Amino acid sequence: MADTIATDNPFTTEEQRTLLALVGALIPPSAEFGTPGADDPVIAADILATARPYHATVASALTQIESAAAKRYDTPYPDLDAATRASIASDLSRSRFAGVGTLVTITAQCYYRDDRVMRSLGMAPRSPYPDGFDIPQGDWSLLEPVRQRGRIYKEV
Amino acid sequence: MTDPVDVLIVGAGASGAAVAWSLAETRMRIVCLEQGDWMNPAEYPSAGRDWEARAYSDMSISPNRRNRETDYPVNDANSPISVANFNAVGGSTILYAGHFPRFHPSDFRVKTLDGVADDWPIDYGTLEPFYAENDRMMGVSGLAGDPAYPPKESVMPPVPLGKTGQAIANGFNKLGWHWWPSDTAIATETYDGRDKCINLGACSSGCAQGAKASTDITYWPHAVRAGVEVRTRCRVREITTNGDGMASGVVYFDRDGIELFQPAEVVIVACNGVGTPRLLLNSTSGRFPNGIANTSGLVGKNLMFHPYASIQGIFDEPLDGYRGPGVCIWSQEFYETDLSRDFVRGYTYEINRGRGPVATALTGMFSGRIPFGEGHHEAYRQLFSRIAGMVGICEDLPEEHNTVTLDPELTDGHGIPAPKIDYTLSANSRRMLDHAVARATEVLTAAGAKDVITEAPIGVGGWHLMGTARMGTDPERSVVNEWGRSHDVKNLFIVDGSIFVTSAGVNPTRTIQALALYIADSMKKRLANLFD
Repeated sequence: MADTIATDNPFTTEEQRTLLALVGALIPPSAEFGTPGADDPVIAADILATARPYHATVASALTQIESAAAKRYDTPYPDLDAATRASIASDLSRSRFAGVGTLVTITAQCYYRDDRVMRSLGMAPRSPYPDGFDIPQGDWSLLEPVRQRGRIYKEV
Repeated sequence: MTDPVDVLIVGAGASGAAVAWSLAETRMRIVCLEQGDWMNPAEYPSAGRDWEARAYSDMSISPNRRNRETDYPVNDANSPISVANFNAVGGSTILYAGHFPRFHPSDFRVKTLDGVADDWPIDYGTLEPFYAENDRMMGVSGLAGDPAYPPKESVMPPVPLGKTGQAIANGFNKLGWHWWPSDTAIATETYDGRDKCINLGACSSGCAQGAKASTDITYWPHAVRAGVEVRTRCRVREITTNGDGMASGVVYFDRDGIELFQPAEVVIVACNGVGTPRLLLNSTSGRFPNGIANTSGLVGKNLMFHPYASIQGIFDEPLDGYRGPGVCIWSQEFYETDLSRDFVRGYTYEINRGRGPVATALTGMFSGRIPFGEGHHEAYRQLFSRIAGMVGICEDLPEEHNTVTLDPELTDGHGIPAPKIDYTLSANSRRMLDHAVARATEVLTAAGAKDVITEAPIGVGGWHLMGTARMGTDPERSVVNEWGRSHDVKNLFIVDGSIFVTSAGVNPTRTIQALALYIADSMKKRLANLFD
C-alpha cells in the first residue's frame, strides 16, 4: 500500500469530502460483522493514496456525482443521507461511467485488504507469500467413472 | 556496431528461451535481445498485501493498462477481445496461469477431418518427443491416463483437487462427462532448483515461490550457464537485409536509448503473435517493401485469439476461494467436432478454483449481486469463497481479415510504430461460446451452484496470440516452412505462436515451446546446409 504524503495529494478539500461520502455509502460499517466502513480514516487514507495516479478520472467521477446530487436533490452529495448517496452511485455505476467504476474498484481494493476486514472474513491479515495456504487433495476416486468410459480423443 | 554473433534471438519469452537453450549445445555465439527486464520474484504481488490490486495496475495482463517503460502500446480498439501479454525475460509466462495442455492429434488435421482452415505441415507425432523434452525442462505436473489424450507421462503429481475441484468434478460425473486433473506448469514437488507450490493463489501475477514455470527460472538459467547472452532493455526496431536478400542483423535501442546494429548470421524471431508481425512489418527495404518475409502477404493476417467464455457458479458452501493455484481440472467433453452440434471443432473447459476478496467484491458489485450501501456485508458473505466455475477456451479458426497491422499514429517509447488489431468474432466462435455457456451452466447446477454468472467472450481475455506468420509448405500460402524458416529469407526463423496454422482449443504455450525445440532440432540437423 502506498504511503500518503499530504503534499502529494492532488485532491481538493471538496473532492475529498465527496469521495469520503461516496466510499462510506458504498461500504458502510457493520456492527453485526464488526467491520469499519470504507470511510474509516485508515481505509480512506489508503483509498486517497491509491487513487492518486488516477486523479483525473476520479475527479471527473466526483464531478458527475455532485452533478447528479444537485440535479436530483439540489443538495451537495455529502449532505445526502447514506441510502440516497448509495443510490446515486449505483445508478452512475450501472450507466457504465468509467470513473465511477474506477472508484468502486479502488474502494474494494483498499477495503478488502484492511486487517480488521480480513479478520472478519476469517482471513489472516497477511500476504499470501511466504506462508501460503493449505488445500486438501480431495477425493481422487471420483476419476473412476471417467477411466471406465475410456478413450475420447480422435485418432488421426 | 557490436560484434557479430552466430545466432540472434529477438524475445526472451516462452519460445525464445526454449530455442536458445536447445541451440546452446552447438557452442555458437548466441545473443538474445529482450525489451523487458529480469523479474525479481520477491517483488511479485503475492509477496505484498496489495496483491490483488496490482493485477489492475503494474502487473496487469494488459500492456495498455500496465504501461511500463518496457511495454509497447497496442491499439485493440477494433476488437471485442483485447491483447494480454507481458514483456520481460520469461515473457508472458511471468503472468500465465500455468495451464499446460498439449494439442491433440486431430488439431493438426482440421482440413482433412472437418474441411475447415488448413492442415499443419507437421503432426502430433512430430512434436511428441519435443513435448516430452519441454515437459522435463518446464516441470509439468499432472496425472497420466487422461482419456482425452494419447498416452503421455507426467513429471510430477497433479495439483490438489481441493474443495472446488471435488465439487465440480461431482457435477461432471453426474452428467457422465469427461474431466481430468489439469496438466500444469506448476511444480508440486521440489524440481530443478524450484520450490514446490504452496498454494499462494496469485499465479497470474507472477509466482513469488518460484513453483510456476516461467522461463526466467526454467530454461534461461540453463541457457545462460551454457553461454547464451541475454541483453535486457533492448528493443529491436527492424531486421536488416543485405544485398543477397539474407538477414544481416537487427537495429535496436539499448537501455540508454542508443540505436545500435547487431550483425548476425541467423536471426530468430520469438515475439509471439502480435510482436512478431509487428517486427516483420516494420522491417521494410527495397527488396521487401511490405515487410520482411512477407512475399505471401500473410504476415499479420489470420490472427487467432481463443475466445473465452466465463461461467461461474455461486455455491452455498465455502470452496477453495483465494487459496491454491487457479488451475485445477479440465474437461474436454466437447473438444472434438460433433456434427450434431451447430459448430465445427470444439473447446476445453478449465475449472477455476475461486477468487480473492477484492475480486469477489467487484464481481458482486458490478453484477448487482452485492448492493452499494445497506446489505453489502450480508451479500458479500454469500459470495466470499463461494464463487467457482470454469472458462470455455474455444478453438478460433484462421480468417485473413483478422489482422495485426502497423498503427499509422501510435508508437512506443522509441518511436517504433505500434501494432493495431482488427478482429471480428466469427459466427462459429459465437455458437461455440453459447454452447460452452449452456453446458457449463448444466455442470455447475449439477455440482450444486444456485446461481451462475456468465461473460462471453471475456473482453480482456486475449491471452493467446497466434497465426500471424503461419507455417506451411506453400510459399504463397504461408510465411515459414515446415521447420520454421522463412520462405523468403533463408537465415530468418520464427519460433513462436505466430507460426500456428490453427489454434486448437487449448492454451498454446506447451505447443509453442515444443515447436521451438523442434525447430532448433531441425536447425541443428541441418547446420552444414542450413541456408540451402
